[in-house]
Amino acid sequence: MSAAMGQLPRLLALVPYLLSRPGVQLSAVAATFGISEERLRKDLNLLWVCGLPGHGPGDLIDVEFEGDTVTLLEPAGVTRPLRLTVDEALALIVALRALADTPGLSERDTVHRALAKIEQAAGAAAGPAARVAVAVEGEQRVLPVLQSSLDQRRRLHLAYYVPGRDETTERDVDPMRLLLVEGRSYLEGWCRRAEGVRLFRLDRIESVTVLDEPAEPPPGVVHRDVSQGLFRPGPDDLLVTLALRPPAAWVSDYYPCESVTESADGGMVVRLRVRDTGWVRRLALRLGDQGRVLAPAELADAVRGDAAKALAAYRT
Amino acid sequence: MSAKKTERLLNLVICLLATRRYLSVQEIRTAVPGYDQDTEEAFRRMFERDKDELRELGIPLETGTDSAAHDDEPGYRIARRDYELPEITLEPDEAAALGLAARLWQSAPLAGATGSALLKLRAAGVDSPSAPAALEPRVGASEPAFAQCLAAVRDGRSLVFTHRTAGGPPQERHVDPWGVVSWRGRWYVVGHDVDRDAPRVFRLSRIAGAVQITGEPGSVVPPPGVDLRGWVARSAEDEPRATARVSLRPGAGWELRRAATATAPDPHREGWTLVDVGFSDPGRFADRVTGYGADAVVLTPPEAREAVVARLQGLAS
Repeated sequence: MSAAMGQLPRLLALVPYLLSRPGVQLSAVAATFGISEERLRKDLNLLWVCGLPGHGPGDLIDVEFEGDTVTLLEPAGVTRPLRLTVDEALALIVALRALADTPGLSERDTVHRALAKIEQAAGAAAGPAARVAVAVEGEQRVLPVLQSSLDQRRRLHLAYYVPGRDETTERDVDPMRLLLVEGRSYLEGWCRRAEGVRLFRLDRIESVTVLDEPAEPPPGVVHRDVSQGLFRPGPDDLLVTLALRPPAAWVSDYYPCESVTESADGGMVVRLRVRDTGWVRRLALRLGDQGRVLAPAELADAVRGDAAKALAAYRT
Repeated sequence: MSAKKTERLLNLVICLLATRRYLSVQEIRTAVPGYDQDTEEAFRRMFERDKDELRELGIPLETGTDSAAHDDEPGYRIARRDYELPEITLEPDEAAALGLAARLWQSAPLAGATGSALLKLRAAGVDSPSAPAALEPRVGASEPAFAQCLAAVRDGRSLVFTHRTAGGPPQERHVDPWGVVSWRGRWYVVGHDVDRDAPRVFRLSRIAGAVQITGEPGSVVPPPGVDLRGWVARSAEDEPRATARVSLRPGAGWELRRAATATAPDPHREGWTLVDVGFSDPGRFADRVTGYGADAVVLTPPEAREAVVARLQGLAS
């Protein structure tokens, strides 16, 4: 992420950084600044020819290499980093406030102390941060239990609601970590029933019990990559085509669609990959006449059948 | 930026930081290598561009004259107290909290700003560890309109954009934004809708096409103490105005069970449960119930029951 920083701001941070860490490893500096060692050496060579007016030997920034380490001997007056910009202050302050607002996060006092110090250091640049907010929904109900099971590495028993089947399932889970994704809290764990890594939305956990057994996710099991969103459709998932009238346009906002085509009447046709046909049948029922299953035909038939069955319940 | 230009700008910053008095443009031309253009005009053009670039990075260039200067043309300097990040020391637990918060932003532009902020703090001696924490926060901002809306909010300027609404044609909106809010994973802009002369909330994903920023910086001032999150929450969730009674098959209708204000066994259906659920709009309530198919039957009030039946008839035919 820091690789996006331009060379000049990087150099202005690099000089005080090196000044405060004599004899630091070149590889460590490159990693911190998100650049290659080759790039770092170019930066250092450039610093070498910069300095105070006159640009005599005593005026220039002076850098000394020893083996794989580097020491900055003369900063030419650049002894402190530049102040935070409004964007930088905003990014840190809003993130800290969101963290402080997360219920169940035990170190809330710590977050507030860090926040106060960052706000003070940012000075006037901190102002616009008040105009950006992240609302976080924690689950005070189950979070403390989940956190203690993570701390003690103990297995959990969950009663967990699965919306696709509209039913509550029972399972043992070895907890791995808690995540906050897109404003909602999740437990990531090794599900012993599914024998795989699963994410459990905290507001769908009906009840949780800490078991006596230790949590033992299989060695080498990896965290789910949530950087591209929570649901990543696979090629084996059913491809469903829906026609949506304008009031049902929210579907394309809520669910990852493979394609979205606007139609002439102001509506749209979306194609999405679905792992769970129960879920999409319920979605189609919910949409009523604002949405229609175009393909596959069996799914359209199933939805018609579901509606006829439900209608019968109203006739009795 | 070429290495030559970076070198010139770095020398310029060092030069202006080192001086206490304002340096005239000619003094700068002599003192800073790289300003050896053939003509005065070419030099002036380059110096103007360099000044703009430094200011964009947040470097506080001060303009003024002091008594020692003989000509009237203003000179330049950088006041150290305005340039330098103040002293800051974080305890290890505070640094860990900062490290965790820094992972909140998942996408541009805030992820980039976080990265450069952390580098400045590290350069000031603050080390925030990046050891994996149990709680991993993540907030994305994939909406194309996000960067522009954020910029307008940050600078106190107005917005013009085309907004799609459910059921209606897209409309051009003029908004004086008070803030942007991430709520349940989606970004919203809250502000004064100029055409309607009333506060409004717009979901960023419903903004179509380019977003224009208009007006002078600082021209939009949010009302003091405005509750941004409250505005978004209220716009997304209506206060219940009526109560419906629904019969649920055993184990089914989970979302309705959780929202229930009262539950009782259904005397007419073996094992089924009656739940009372508040709602504001019969149509929207019917949407919630219809998804459960034959597992949820609305008993009262008639308008909610009829809304469900109408939907099911449309689907069954």
